[in-house]
Amino acid sequence: MAGLDEGVPLFVQIAERLADEIADGTLPEGERVPSTNELAAYYRINPATAAKGISMLTDDGLLEKRRGIGMFVAAGARAGLLTERRKRFAERYVEPLVAEASRLGIDADELVALIRESGYAQRGTRP
Amino acid sequence: MTPAISVAGVSRRYRGQLALDNVSFDIEPGSITGLLGRNGAGKTTLLRVIAGAEFPSAGGVTVLGASPVKSDALLHRMVFVREDQRYPDYGLPGGFKVWHALRAASWFYPGWDAELAGALVADFGLPSGRAVRRLSRGMRSALGNVIGLAARAEVTLFDEPYAGLDPVARQLFYDRLLADYAEYPRTVLLSTHLIDEAAGLLERVLVIDSGRVVLDAAADEVRGSATSVSGPAIAVAEFTAGRTVLDRRRIASQESAVVAGILDDTDRARARALRLRLEPLTLQQAVVHAARIPETDTRERTSA
Repeated sequence: MAGLDEGVPLFVQIAERLADEIADGTLPEGERVPSTNELAAYYRINPATAAKGISMLTDDGLLEKRRGIGMFVAAGARAGLLTERRKRFAERYVEPLVAEASRLGIDADELVALIRESGYAQRGTRP
Repeated sequence: MTPAISVAGVSRRYRGQLALDNVSFDIEPGSITGLLGRNGAGKTTLLRVIAGAEFPSAGGVTVLGASPVKSDALLHRMVFVREDQRYPDYGLPGGFKVWHALRAASWFYPGWDAELAGALVADFGLPSGRAVRRLSRGMRSALGNVIGLAARAEVTLFDEPYAGLDPVARQLFYDRLLADYAEYPRTVLLSTHLIDEAAGLLERVLVIDSGRVVLDAAADEVRGSATSVSGPAIAVAEFTAGRTVLDRRRIASQESAVVAGILDDTDRARARALRLRLEPLTLQQAVVHAARIPETDTRERTSA
């Protein structure tokens, strides 16, 4: 199944992968996204499952249907997605990071220092 | 919408043994359903009853709105590929050959696609001039698969369609099924115990055990519907208190438990705080547990 995880609903993973591509600009706004059948053939999944993933993104306003041509990345999709992801950043990444740091006895200053050392300033400030 | 397959209260008894026990379900048109279960669970009997190859002892079946044992017209709209498919011999010189079988199928099924059949024969490397009875087990399965796919029947039943096929040929079967299904949607019911392999294809799973339906759900609802929780036994005990535990295993001070139900963010945060590892169950693992649910229920009832 082309790298899909068997423990998570497949349609959710299809939606997440497309969302990732929209977020990082691989799928720019106005670009056509693969059709249900193309996704089904690539991931070796049921077309209905692929369709469910697509419709999840349509419901979120990230994709729009152009009659007779296919699905396209909607205007403003990337900005919306980034705003949403920034909101969830603390919960998804910072909380587990802090939990593990405190388990290891790394205090706040050390943690900040570690992040600086990781080269964040060079790599991470790019928009 | 009329279901493509409707099974209502079907039981099948063989010499006092109950092979099917009050089985009921509907299958909507245009879907791929996996019929899963252990050997001897009743999968083949169920498919034979749906195909009209066998009468139920009780209950009824309709396929595309008609009774499979009463409607001859229906037989041309339904294909049944079984593991032990037998072919007639007709006393032909050199025997009944692969191309005879394909020719006969092309007359029988109005939706037959000769081009697809030809492509599949080449894909599987089927020797079309060889007598069917001289084919290896794998090649006989391949022939059944070619007929099952090229028939493009509205209802397509596959019973363990890949006995003797190697992994490459099985992948070919899945890919061809998916590609043709995407172009020509139909209702597919596929029995298998190679769940991991077929998992992506299935929209829905029907698990039977000892002749009874123990799970009937969308495949994506089953994925992650149970989670393995592991870590220090004390923490596992704290986390699992008040939850339905499907399985427990323990080694020294470590424990691993399978809890039913979907975990939310609060549960996850709590597991993190307790230093527990969470792993959602795959479709295959969930099915294995589903086949055990009645047993767990009995235990819980007697201990309560």
